[in-house]
Amino acid sequence: MPRNLRTRIIIVLVVLLGSLWYLYPPKKAINLGLDLQGGIHLVLGVETDKHVANQSDRAAEDFAAALERRGIAHRRVARDGLAAFVVELAAPQSWNDAITVANEFQTFERSNDDQAAGRFRMTMSARVQRQVREDAAKQVLEKLRNRIDKFNVAEPTIARQGEDRILIQLPGIQDIQRAKDLIGKTGYLEFRLVERFVEGGDAEALARQLGPEVEILPRRVVDPNTKTDRLVPYVVVQKRPLLTGSALTSANVAADPNSPGNWQVTVTFNEAGRQRFAEVTEQNVGRSLAIVLDGVVSSAPRINERIPGGNAVITGRFTIQEAQDLKIVLNEGALPATVQILEERTVGPSLGADSIRQGMIAIVASGVVVVLFMLAYYRLSGLIADVALILNLIILLACMAAFGATLTLPGIAGIALTIGMAVDTNILIFERIREELRIGKTVRASIDAGFHRAFRTIIDTHATVMATALILWIFGSGPVAGFAVSLGTGLAASLFTAYFFTRLLFDVIYMGRRKVETVSI
Amino acid sequence: MIQIFRNPNYNFIGNRRWAYMLSGLITLIGIVSLVTQGLRYDIDFTGGTLVQVRFEKIPTVADIRKALGRIGMGESIIQEFGRSNEFIIRAPLTSTSSEELTKKVERALTEEPGLGKAEIRRVEFVGPQVGKELQWQAIYAVVFGLIGILLYIALRFDLKGGVAAVMAVFHDVIVCLGAMSLMHREFSLPVLAALLTIIGYSVNDTIVAYDRLRENRGKTTVRGRPFAEQMNDAVNQTLSRTVLTALTVFLSTAILLFFGGKTLEDFAFVLFVGVITGTYSTTYVAAALVVDWTLYVEGRLGARKKRLAKGGEARKIT
Repeated sequence: MPRNLRTRIIIVLVVLLGSLWYLYPPKKAINLGLDLQGGIHLVLGVETDKHVANQSDRAAEDFAAALERRGIAHRRVARDGLAAFVVELAAPQSWNDAITVANEFQTFERSNDDQAAGRFRMTMSARVQRQVREDAAKQVLEKLRNRIDKFNVAEPTIARQGEDRILIQLPGIQDIQRAKDLIGKTGYLEFRLVERFVEGGDAEALARQLGPEVEILPRRVVDPNTKTDRLVPYVVVQKRPLLTGSALTSANVAADPNSPGNWQVTVTFNEAGRQRFAEVTEQNVGRSLAIVLDGVVSSAPRINERIPGGNAVITGRFTIQEAQDLKIVLNEGALPATVQILEERTVGPSLGADSIRQGMIAIVASGVVVVLFMLAYYRLSGLIADVALILNLIILLACMAAFGATLTLPGIAGIALTIGMAVDTNILIFERIREELRIGKTVRASIDAGFHRAFRTIIDTHATVMATALILWIFGSGPVAGFAVSLGTGLAASLFTAYFFTRLLFDVIYMGRRKVETVSI
Repeated sequence: MIQIFRNPNYNFIGNRRWAYMLSGLITLIGIVSLVTQGLRYDIDFTGGTLVQVRFEKIPTVADIRKALGRIGMGESIIQEFGRSNEFIIRAPLTSTSSEELTKKVERALTEEPGLGKAEIRRVEFVGPQVGKELQWQAIYAVVFGLIGILLYIALRFDLKGGVAAVMAVFHDVIVCLGAMSLMHREFSLPVLAALLTIIGYSVNDTIVAYDRLRENRGKTTVRGRPFAEQMNDAVNQTLSRTVLTALTVFLSTAILLFFGGKTLEDFAFVLFVGVITGTYSTTYVAAALVVDWTLYVEGRLGARKKRLAKGGEARKIT
């Protein structure tokens, strides 16, 4: 079968060269997992529920405003549940007018009509709710991507997982804390009027007496003894912000003149924001205005006069880096919904280097032992198996490079295991050939029969283990999936090398024209 | 030519009663340990925070606990990890975020006078939601793995073989989990991966034996021999392959276990135990069960034939 032989040589060469092509240059070809080079793996949950609730709140406010515009008196317009609000009219006579308003709110569906009491309920339609959630997750993803882009990470992974989850992987990052701060911050900036400052420890008692329009917000206080910071109730502020971060055009970093060595962030408003700011300051001279970032008061300066210029300063004893990161967050705009860390795996770079070294030692050692064992037991055939094993590894790594798969520590273990499986394949074949030789067949017939018989078994064994690898890949995530990928590709490579490559070498050595009396096996 | 076995003809299947007792005993020990001591789950499954710290000087666990006690985390699990100056601190789920927790831990450790410089090398946080999901993932993976194997073997071979193979795999899973429970090892995601690999390995081994049996049944020389002997032949014929493969895989996993580093230890431990039990269960669980099942079916068929024959005679008389 010379023609057949040539085709097979070409196939093997193509695979080998293709693999080497993918593996060049080796440093860049294979993505090392976070456990191997250090970095951050985060799974964030986008709180889409909150976003839906916020949207309903806003709709309720809009509805109340619309009623007022038409001169329809109402007793109450308030959110009820996650995605609905209840409208109670002051007088049932204005029912028809109110219904006209309700019909303008097309994203909400009216229900629970009680005309006598002048009460009905508006519920966000399921389709709109889905859309709102989808938009929230999408926008969060987009904003996070922009923030991370500014952070200069070599190869970040930022991806949606399911409906409301975002996976972020930042390999090789050194300053883990900083990256987490940058990602986790919602960046929601508000300006709220202060009703009064909280004095001493009466915060809880105070909270009980407060009306629905106001709430207590904390500020961050650094304990001079322990150097730890904690949140302390600080001011009573109006719930409704006078101005939010959406009204700013840019944020910049400047040295804090009042506290040497610290930095502050100045924000500039857009035209509408400037006007509003001027108005607000004019109307409230003498009162204090709290600058609130993500629910924590950064400062609450007194308004001394109307401020027409439209600049505000956020102070907070920032280091230059913290100030710069806050600038990035403010410039990119707030996340439309808050995020929560559901899963975190961070590996410092030094640990990554340690584990890769140990893993490599183990894999090399197990490889060497197996190679020597095969050589001693099967002689020339063992050598063939060893060469096949090396080819197997090359193909496996090349496949991983080609898929852009990530090599993790369990992945390395998966490779070590594949070595075992690949060896098993060769042992199956060789033992079969030996058996055929023992019953007195010629060398060529034995090789033929041995390969033929063994191959059926090999297909079955590979198929079942492949099935488990597939199940691991489907149901696993992170490290388990990494293991499954290297196991699966390893099995495929082992199948290929055993049948194409090992067979080919046997054919080249023993199936030539000359007579063959013995086989080294 | 080096050969471990020259035409081996051991009576494996004939001794299966002893093996049943051994398997029963080992699984019983495993189950008792699993029930009484339970399995230690990693935060992958329980949720919680894990912090790996390396100290400049070698600290005592008491010092670390004292430092953690100051921030109300004195109850955390503290374990030496790999070397004497490296520790893992595990805290259950709290309301504090992983970020705050890490900061607090780092500060508490660096401020404890007896401890010296501390470097946080790894932080893992798994929220309650994710932990639950991973638990389910693990159960799904094992269950679907077993179903897949059952279906595949039932299709390629027969139902008896499929059920027996799944029993063998199940046996291996119990033995591995039991060994983990006895040795106080931790069940984590990589360990789950190892367990599924063992399922694959065990079934691989079983299929090699089945395959041989099926191949032999086509040969004229075998026909008419008792089924137990046919199975015993198949096991003997594949013996050298079984031993060689088990040996190489065993060597690889042993190297992983002893040199792969602390991170791989639990993973390698399961593989190590699994290779042994996986090889054993092929003969003494899977093959043995197929033999006994077949004998039982043949016995009932024989009895029915006899009854039928008798009944036939009786009818003739009346």
